[in-house]
Amino acid sequence: MPKDNGIGASPKRREDVRFLTGAGNYTDDINVNGQAHVHFLRADVAHATINSIDTSAAEAMPGVVKIFTGADFAEVGGIPCGWGVTDRHGNPQQEPRHPIIAHDTIRHVGEIVAAVVAGTLEQARDAAEAIELDLSDKPAVVNMAAALAEDAPKVHEDLTSNLCYDWVFGNPDDDAVQAAFDSAAHVTTLELVNNRLVANPMEPRVAIGDYSRATDEHTLYTTSQNPHVIRLLMCAFVLGLPEHKVRVIAPDVGGGFGSKIFHYAEEAFCTFAAKACGRAVKWTSTRAEAFISDAHGRDHVTKIELALDADNNFTALRTNTMANMGAYLSTFSTSVPSYLHGTLMAGNYKTPIVQVNVKTVFTNTVPVDAYRGAGRPEATYQLERVIDKAARELGADPIALRRQNFITEFPYETPVALTYDTGDYAATMDKLEQVADVAGFAARRAESEKNGKLRGFGINCYIEACGIAPSNIVGMLGARAGLYDAATVRVNATGSISVMVGAHSHGQGHETSFPQVVADMIGIDESMVDIVHGDTGRVPFGMGTYGSRSIAVCGSAMVRATEKIISKAKKIAAHLMEASDADIELKDGQFTVAGTDKSVAWGDVCLTAYVPHNYPLEELEPGLEETAFYDPANFTYPAGAYACEVEVDPDTGKVSIERFAAADDFGNIINPMIVDGQVHGGLGQGIGQALLENAAYDEDGQLLSASFMDYAMPRADDVPFYQVDHSCQTPCTHNPLGVKGCGEAGAIGSPPAVVNAVIDALQSGGKNVAHIDMPLSPARVWAAMNG
Amino acid sequence: MAKVSMTVNGKAASGDVEGRTLLSSFLREQLGLTGTHVGCDTSQCGACVVHVDGKAVKACTMLAQEAEGAEVATIEGQANADGSLNTIQQAFQDHHGLQCGFCTPGMVMSAAALLKDNPKPTEAEIRDYLEGNLCRCTGYHNIVKAIMAASGQDVSSIAAE
Amino acid sequence: MYEFEFEKPSTVAEAVAALADEDAQALGGGQTLIPTLKQRLAMPSKLVSLSGIPQLKELSDNGGMLTIGGAVTHAEVAAAAADSYPALAELASHIGDPAVRNRGTIGGSLANNDPAACYPAAALGSGATIVTNAREITADDYFRGLFETALEDGEIITAVRFPVPEKANYQKFLQPASRFALVGVFAAKYAAGVRVAVTGASEEGVFRWHEAEAALDANFAPDALDGLSVDAGGMIGDLHGTKEYRAHLVGVMAKRAVAAAG
Repeated sequence: MPKDNGIGASPKRREDVRFLTGAGNYTDDINVNGQAHVHFLRADVAHATINSIDTSAAEAMPGVVKIFTGADFAEVGGIPCGWGVTDRHGNPQQEPRHPIIAHDTIRHVGEIVAAVVAGTLEQARDAAEAIELDLSDKPAVVNMAAALAEDAPKVHEDLTSNLCYDWVFGNPDDDAVQAAFDSAAHVTTLELVNNRLVANPMEPRVAIGDYSRATDEHTLYTTSQNPHVIRLLMCAFVLGLPEHKVRVIAPDVGGGFGSKIFHYAEEAFCTFAAKACGRAVKWTSTRAEAFISDAHGRDHVTKIELALDADNNFTALRTNTMANMGAYLSTFSTSVPSYLHGTLMAGNYKTPIVQVNVKTVFTNTVPVDAYRGAGRPEATYQLERVIDKAARELGADPIALRRQNFITEFPYETPVALTYDTGDYAATMDKLEQVADVAGFAARRAESEKNGKLRGFGINCYIEACGIAPSNIVGMLGARAGLYDAATVRVNATGSISVMVGAHSHGQGHETSFPQVVADMIGIDESMVDIVHGDTGRVPFGMGTYGSRSIAVCGSAMVRATEKIISKAKKIAAHLMEASDADIELKDGQFTVAGTDKSVAWGDVCLTAYVPHNYPLEELEPGLEETAFYDPANFTYPAGAYACEVEVDPDTGKVSIERFAAADDFGNIINPMIVDGQVHGGLGQGIGQALLENAAYDEDGQLLSASFMDYAMPRADDVPFYQVDHSCQTPCTHNPLGVKGCGEAGAIGSPPAVVNAVIDALQSGGKNVAHIDMPLSPARVWAAMNG
Repeated sequence: MAKVSMTVNGKAASGDVEGRTLLSSFLREQLGLTGTHVGCDTSQCGACVVHVDGKAVKACTMLAQEAEGAEVATIEGQANADGSLNTIQQAFQDHHGLQCGFCTPGMVMSAAALLKDNPKPTEAEIRDYLEGNLCRCTGYHNIVKAIMAASGQDVSSIAAE
Repeated sequence: MYEFEFEKPSTVAEAVAALADEDAQALGGGQTLIPTLKQRLAMPSKLVSLSGIPQLKELSDNGGMLTIGGAVTHAEVAAAAADSYPALAELASHIGDPAVRNRGTIGGSLANNDPAACYPAAALGSGATIVTNAREITADDYFRGLFETALEDGEIITAVRFPVPEKANYQKFLQPASRFALVGVFAAKYAAGVRVAVTGASEEGVFRWHEAEAALDANFAPDALDGLSVDAGGMIGDLHGTKEYRAHLVGVMAKRAVAAAG
């Protein structure tokens, strides 16, 4: 029987009621008394010198409060990059200044050139049209290889080139790696593109800056996954404000997928402008603006080589990747193609030699940063594609080839610096074969062929590293932040509990799942526990939600704080029952003394803590509130195996996903319903990347897919019902809940399965197609079939 | 400015609007009905779907004055009279048919329109009907499942728990 | 959006008078026009809504001739023509999405003449007559290239008359993002001959594929199109498909339309 409460149960989500009745409180739903609106005049060319900006006519337009240009921000800092990568020669990454408003140069379409604050949004737009820009166009660099050419135009004149860093990871000895390839029985090589994506959470970004002259306090309402991080970055690096004078509130947030991690210029602008204008300033992104101002994701071009011995054992892996940074370094941009990608290149396999080479490149495009999976999908895609290609070249069964090379003993130290604490890849593959009904594929293929369709089956494994940690190690690797999280458990006098958590819930269901943990530990009803999140004024501290870290890191902090609460409560109970602390047990909300029939209820202990009449005041402070910061000892390593079945229409090249199966090992699970939902969503995005989505630029740096009219979002009829299973569970060995994280797995694990399936379908139809770059649009598949 | 009057969720509502005022803006900004969301500018995401005279429309692609005299229904008016979730809303909660909640009002309003016309839609009919409603969180699995459940169909055999 | 006046007349005559103002523009269902206005790509002084004119909402079936008022929505056509002209109803039932179909109108679609829209293929493929407040225009004379039609400023489509064919079908291959037609082919068999109209594909907008019509006149069967192809030279090439791909799809969709027409 499934549990009906506590850890492992699937209670209905409590947050749903407000979302289902229109009572959610998203940032755009907030209006501050007296607010003005800002319209950003954005560059419509990719690269230009700003000779002058004449705002005089615009300033005289109706309703205009103030117009800002780059000059107004000369005295404040730029948007910081949160990770400094050291290159293969020991030198720091090249790090350009990232202004709030373009100062003398425009470097990508969408960059802010001026900001008009007016009484209404339409007034601001009207005035923006009256701003006269005198620009001198410069040649744009869009293609990464071209950007690295000797004589390429530079995105940043003050840098030595368009190379941000040239990084090597794993085995740095080129000769040793080459020797492994030279002695291989077989080498499989694959060149591929990991397509540029736009995260497109359904809620566009919004920022509202407010300022109180009375208290000299700023409030920023923003669509953020991590309000404390925004406050820290904005105060310390951009505006130079004391943190205690700034409150950042991220209320209900309509999805993030990474794109709402980063500190954006619009947030700093609204905070700055509210004080400068003497009234609150609100910005609501249009979808058109989102396409050219939200950080994009992926955009890697890779050559990967896999060496195998005569028995099909993997002996060496070497990759060469160019990763697009766009025009500026967004908050976590430089960590994505390096430490979030290179460290995962071993995958689920015991390949003894792995070398990862990455060049990150500046181009005249929107900055690129983390998008669901962030580096791990790029690693998984290339690895699982090259293994599939190797299997075809060798005539090997793709499942057997993978199984043969699985890591089977844990802990396992990879050649790319990670130590996998636990896992069972054979078990997830076993489960997958069952869930995907591999045995029934031949019959399904025959049926498709009867209908004139090609049917293919594709499989892949994945491993991800979640809850990036510990802080001292990531600090050595260049992280400019700690990667712990925090929770405060505040028990009220009547026994109900508020838990202030540093993680932010924007779809993940924390408001339901986090209380399950605390209630389970104490043995009280979940309805007595609420979490508080998304407000630096109410939550002491936190690093936010990204990298599938919330339950593994913040959840662990919450457990630690709850343990402190229980420990103190036991002391109080011991006092009340005149027993020793060590003899007190807590079960189902009752404190008992072992071996006696004495008991005292949770609520009585809580009341005693706040009404300490009969209380050991000389030994114990009154009150019942505890905070814990949790810094994990290691990453967590969710892993699994995915299978996709497609039909391809040979007349049109159209691919349809007929079946998709996922077998994941997430360790222990708090709420299975929510975990299923996270996997479903990741699969939808992964299938979107594989078949539909493509942020394409032309050679002048214009984004061709700049609206939903050209950027193909997955719709309900693009995807099937998914079969997901997470019954394989090897609990994480180093966090108190034994949890691993589940938010990104679907997006990481699904693209290679889709592409492998399409290649299988085409080959079954006699088409000698070894690879097609994503997205596998009908036009691309048809071209490959007829190439 | 022109005066516009309509019935919203069964109650008379009116206000002064410009020619360009969208129905979505009127609902959100003048009536405070912020459950109707705006997620795009090209009439594709469907977060703004409301009913006008019983038909699903995109409130961000209709002028407020075009709704003069109309019966408008929004997400705020969908719950039962006692405040409990209606059948569709309850099915979305029961089957985890929402995550961040932003597309949800449009999904619920579209589902209501579908089930009015087609009380027992197939999976394919539901997926087809949702062409104009984008969700980035759920991969659609539990939305489709919830709508099937709301129509009284047995969804226990659908994959995933 | 720029500011504009809004007017909602109740007769065609009032609408025509309202549209006489400089920079006044007719508003059908607004499903294309309103997104265009949001981008500030148009600056009408006044929008004249055609949704309040009873005459434009009429729909009649006079034995082989289906007449649809200019302000009839796609959803209404899908329902009303299901028996009288099923191919047209089917086409209307797949324009945009359900909410768009509840607002978008046949007059608005034909007046806009988007090169990837569905209705132009139906009108041209049916040899329909576009009836305006001033005159009647045959479909062959009406479509003049991308977003260009024979309509004069201020001229309103009051109705569209579709002769009902013996058999017909429309096949649309979707552009994956917009879900407009990457290529759409409408094939209709009339006593007087077969008409094949293609949307989505050409740089010149909707067009008749005369070679296919001739072949199908001789033999209304998919095989009759074997070996026929349109010249890729005049096709649209973009992010979603090359010229060659679109030319290929024209052949595939035409065969499928003929097959489905039966």
